[in-house]
Amino acid sequence: MNSKLGLDWKKVEEARNYAKNIAIDVQNFVEKYSTVSVERTICRLLGIDGVNPDEIPLPNVVVEHIKENKVLNNGVAYFIGNAMIEYKLSPQEIAEKVSAQEINLTKIKMNSYEDVVAVIKPIVEESVLKIKKNRKYREDFIENYSEGEKPYLYVIVATGNIYEDVTQAVAAAKQGADVIAVIRTTGQSLLDYVPYGATTEGFGGTYATQENFRIMRKALDEVGEELGRYIRLCNYCSGLCMPEIAAMGAFERLDVMLNDALYGILFRDINMQRTIIDQYFSRVINGFAGVIINTGEDNYLTTADAFEQAHTVLASDLINEQLALIAGIPEEQMGLGHAFEMDPELKNGFLYELAQAQMLREIFPKAPLKYMPPTKFMTGNIFRGHVQDALFNQIAIMTNQGIQLLGMMTEAIHTPFMSDRYLSIENARYIFNNMKDISSEIEFKEDGIIQQRAKTVLSEANELLKKVNEEGLFKSLEKGVFADVKRPFNGGKGLNGVFEKSEKYFNPFIESMLGDDRK
Amino acid sequence: MSGGLYNTHNQNIDKTLDMKKIKPYGDTMNDGKIQMSFTLPVPYGEEAVEAAKQLIKKMGLENPQIVYYKELNKGFTFFNAYGDCTHTVDFTSIKVPKVESNVMSMEDTDKYIKEKIGRKVIVIGASTGTDAHTVGIDAIMNMKGFAGHYGLERYEMFEAYNLGSQVSNEDFVAKAIELNADVLLVSQTVTQKNIHIANLTNLVEILEAEGLREKVILICGGARINHELAKELGYDAGFGSNSFADNVASYIANEMYNRIK
Repeated sequence: MNSKLGLDWKKVEEARNYAKNIAIDVQNFVEKYSTVSVERTICRLLGIDGVNPDEIPLPNVVVEHIKENKVLNNGVAYFIGNAMIEYKLSPQEIAEKVSAQEINLTKIKMNSYEDVVAVIKPIVEESVLKIKKNRKYREDFIENYSEGEKPYLYVIVATGNIYEDVTQAVAAAKQGADVIAVIRTTGQSLLDYVPYGATTEGFGGTYATQENFRIMRKALDEVGEELGRYIRLCNYCSGLCMPEIAAMGAFERLDVMLNDALYGILFRDINMQRTIIDQYFSRVINGFAGVIINTGEDNYLTTADAFEQAHTVLASDLINEQLALIAGIPEEQMGLGHAFEMDPELKNGFLYELAQAQMLREIFPKAPLKYMPPTKFMTGNIFRGHVQDALFNQIAIMTNQGIQLLGMMTEAIHTPFMSDRYLSIENARYIFNNMKDISSEIEFKEDGIIQQRAKTVLSEANELLKKVNEEGLFKSLEKGVFADVKRPFNGGKGLNGVFEKSEKYFNPFIESMLGDDRK
Repeated sequence: MSGGLYNTHNQNIDKTLDMKKIKPYGDTMNDGKIQMSFTLPVPYGEEAVEAAKQLIKKMGLENPQIVYYKELNKGFTFFNAYGDCTHTVDFTSIKVPKVESNVMSMEDTDKYIKEKIGRKVIVIGASTGTDAHTVGIDAIMNMKGFAGHYGLERYEMFEAYNLGSQVSNEDFVAKAIELNADVLLVSQTVTQKNIHIANLTNLVEILEAEGLREKVILICGGARINHELAKELGYDAGFGSNSFADNVASYIANEMYNRIK
């Protein structure tokens, strides 16, 4: 392959192989365990929804019920299937009876594994088919109408009120946005349940609920038809309910999900075992649903220095890529993350940013790379901020990025006004159009600043991955290799939701989604 | 008949700077020029322009000029506008409470603590409550600091513990007791709907209940925080935008010394 940067492909392969070994090592761990959130996800995929009179979601009620009876290690699927045989009821009806304390799933006759698998199979198929249809609907819509050109213009809405979010999102779509992300309310990632119903109160964002997904999906489909362009909907598949959000998103046809393997560990202090187990199932679902995942490497650079730590972004992108491949996510759905976060005072900073963006483009040729805007050095000087965003947009078009998370000149001041979004979209459209084919017109000077920078970063990433491979991912996280953040193996939130699977354990959806049902 | 058009010397240009009657400065003293942009929830058109002009007049601005307007969505019009401010303020009467300390360099602060306090000062910091943002606390505490100002972790005479984000007030106080902290730093970045006020107040209440409030130096910081607000909420000091580790470190050193001398 040709490289504008003169990259050493052998070194890229070496780094990728380290990442692959790291991912396989992690997966060997994952296979042995499950979590309460994985089990709740299975409940949701089996059709269990709604809340009890205390507003506790029924998936939580069912999983807690089995956990209290100390047999969760057999997996929730078995107990629901078994109860279906005994009571001839649907999973939803069974969950309601559990909630009303009318039945105890663990104290009834236990049928054979084969019988349980057989009774649950049609429910699994129905659910999987529903997700497949959603995928088909998206593909048909794009084929019949159109979609935005890459880089997709990605903007956020964050009013806290889903109905107000719709107003903002529709306006943004009309101005040219291709992806609308509904920011979640502060703190939702640490809730060990998914709230229910439409919500109008949130801090700095809106609750991710299935009803809110549905409301926004409908609005974006309507404006999409009006504009003749598919508008993608994005939410956050992270935190303690990672796989549940994936399932809800698959049902409501979300298109893009923030879904990083390490983000929760590093930035939300969620226990590493919990996150690593949860990310696998969440990605299996996202992969199957045709959802583009976004990874969160940009966050490394808001904490650590963007120039010095550039190699950790590449290293983490490679690990995220390999973990995603194991979960069945094709490269075309990997929105691997990076960011334009170097200090604007840095001499030749633009050149280093360009080197980084081009390097990632070449190392992940098929991935719709997610490029994050400047945030750390946005100061409140909105006028300079608009220029910083313009430089960021220029790099994106010069290096063919996939998803452009538009910077707002009012970053660090407030969540975007309707007009902020308009000015950002105008900025990006101007630059993307005005410099449309620049990337095929330019080459970089041999052994110039840009080429040398890319080579250095690649070498450092390779060294880092070599070290992580030797020590294992968990040990490395304990030592703080990413974002200068150290996390203990048994520390953080959510560890008590992790359990070892028994011999009998089964999760019917992993097999179905990774297997023949794929196409 | 002398045409004003050719008269480049305008006799009426005001050159007086009266500190008791301050107005915005565009390119001439007391021209009162203000630039602004806003969106009105009205359909795009001449009526929208007129509405914007009337609103600008009500804001106390003369000669409203709409230099650009654009439909953002059906029923929403965005404006860039100018106007001449009619109001003035008396600059001579302004008094703003500030953190009283001489800002010292890292080396000088370390030396000051060594000489006057004679031991390391224990500082714990966190972004508390539901706030997930560590930008502020990291800028003050992390080794690297921000914009060339090294953080407290780099100071020889501070033992600094950055607990990160989303730390509950209860955990924060527990950690303060465990580490025998001299100084508590609280950062609040996300402040929608004023949750930071409730959260900051809650911390003071917990410290008072534990009998700790007088034993520690309590400091808050964040883009929406200033010293006056901090004092009102029961803090010893507050640091807003454009504060760096040096400001905080110097204040801590001075205040520690003031308390023991």
